[in-house]
Amino acid sequence: MPENLKGLVGPEQQFKNYLSEGKFMIQRCKSLDKFFFHPRVAFPGTGERDLEWVEASRIGTVHSTTCNRRLPEKGGDFNLSLITLDEGPRMMARVEGTEPDKVQIGQKVKARISILNGEPAVIFDILQG
Amino acid sequence: MNQNDINNLRGKTAVVGLAESGCGMASGWSAMEIMANSVHDALDDAGIKLNEVDGVFAATAFHSMAAMSLSEYLGLKPKFADGSQIGGSSFLSHILTAALALDAGLINVAVVAYGSNQKSIGGFKTISEAMPYEAQYEPRMPVTAYALAAKRYMHEFGASREDLANVAVSARDWALLNPRAYTYDKGPLTIEDVLSARPIVDPLGKLDCCLVTDGGAAVIMTRSDRAKDTKNTPIYLLGAAMEHHHRMVSEMPDLVRTSAIDSSQRAFKMSSYKATDMDTIQLYDAFTINTLLFLEDLGFCKKGEAIELVKNNNIGPSGSLKVNTNGGGLSCVHPGMYGLFVTLEAIRQLRNSAGDNVGERSGGGWIDNAKLSVAHGNGGVLSSQVTNVWGVSETL
Repeated sequence: MPENLKGLVGPEQQFKNYLSEGKFMIQRCKSLDKFFFHPRVAFPGTGERDLEWVEASRIGTVHSTTCNRRLPEKGGDFNLSLITLDEGPRMMARVEGTEPDKVQIGQKVKARISILNGEPAVIFDILQG
Repeated sequence: MNQNDINNLRGKTAVVGLAESGCGMASGWSAMEIMANSVHDALDDAGIKLNEVDGVFAATAFHSMAAMSLSEYLGLKPKFADGSQIGGSSFLSHILTAALALDAGLINVAVVAYGSNQKSIGGFKTISEAMPYEAQYEPRMPVTAYALAAKRYMHEFGASREDLANVAVSARDWALLNPRAYTYDKGPLTIEDVLSARPIVDPLGKLDCCLVTDGGAAVIMTRSDRAKDTKNTPIYLLGAAMEHHHRMVSEMPDLVRTSAIDSSQRAFKMSSYKATDMDTIQLYDAFTINTLLFLEDLGFCKKGEAIELVKNNNIGPSGSLKVNTNGGGLSCVHPGMYGLFVTLEAIRQLRNSAGDNVGERSGGGWIDNAKLSVAHGNGGVLSSQVTNVWGVSETL
């Protein structure tokens, strides 16, 4: 990396830029052959910097899930879950397409890119079958 | 020095004074005023003059540079100060840092302090920044994080909401014996009360969540040689250790195993005592799930077995484990960051047992013959974990 970082954007902005292009990209460390999330400048814990962006499979499993209670006039109840991606890393997201309190741990889910509060966001739907 | 030498802080320092101030509702008082009042009361308790304090340790949700602001307010020129902010456990880590600074001779008298007027100015107060990769989904932090851990715990070990509710019922039973507790005159809770309380973030309802109160606290620490000359029974720091593995709940390596496993192992090792030697057990119970996790992670039972351990009010006044004997964050006091109150209760129980007058309690509220207490602090979203082990002189 050039010391002044000019002409580049950091991994957080890069992740958002990809989302804006409709791509859900996660980072992979080439030498370790391991994925990780959230985006960083180096592999967490050991610091490898040979990273590449890879399009996520978009398939994951509900690791834990909650229904956040909210007044109807403020938008109503909503789901908030932790999803373990098939690539290994875990992320926070919402699961939609079902009642917010009906999501189950262990359910397979598939990501799409939606708009949340004016910004692109990864949202998951329950995979049928 | 290596890990085998970590007992070199054992018994080197002691708390010689403590106080709380403005707990419950303190309308008309600022967070700083409540904190400073606690410091002066704690100094009075210790019989130490303000101008002897040369180490200042503080963190609040109101001051970005709390140790400096508090020092200025008190009119002190400390030789060492630390305002490290790792959430509600900050004060237990400040105690560790203060012990290091005292033992190294950098300072002679340390004050560790906290103050908050969150309730009287409108509710839960935080200076936490929005978490990248999480804030967009609008989690209701910190409740959502603890609810995610609770849900996973229920999934892995077959726990029910009733199992969580047992914790709240026992905490209230302790509070009913403690005139200092916010819910002292609010009557007992039933399991049904907890289950039918307003849902906040499933599976946690309002009574699975800590109180929102005002309040401040302070403790005064010195080296053990000096402690012998103060007017109260010194309570010695026998062990202290901290560890943290994440900041955001989405980065928590295992939702049902906290870094309290690591902090408590090292703190108990330094103390040369084990969990089952503790006469009182003070755990940071911001939510009912905390008590279950920390009973397991500190070694009072195996993973998943706290479900059975907390049944039949076994952690209440009539039970075998004396857990959160002030009523805890759930039923005594929780002014945003509760860590110093865990510490106060751990030490008060030992001082009362040693004959100091530290207040009145109804029958069973003070533990007979208590010589060892563990105080465990939690910060962030099950993130920072700090364990302190306290003992009376004969445990040295």
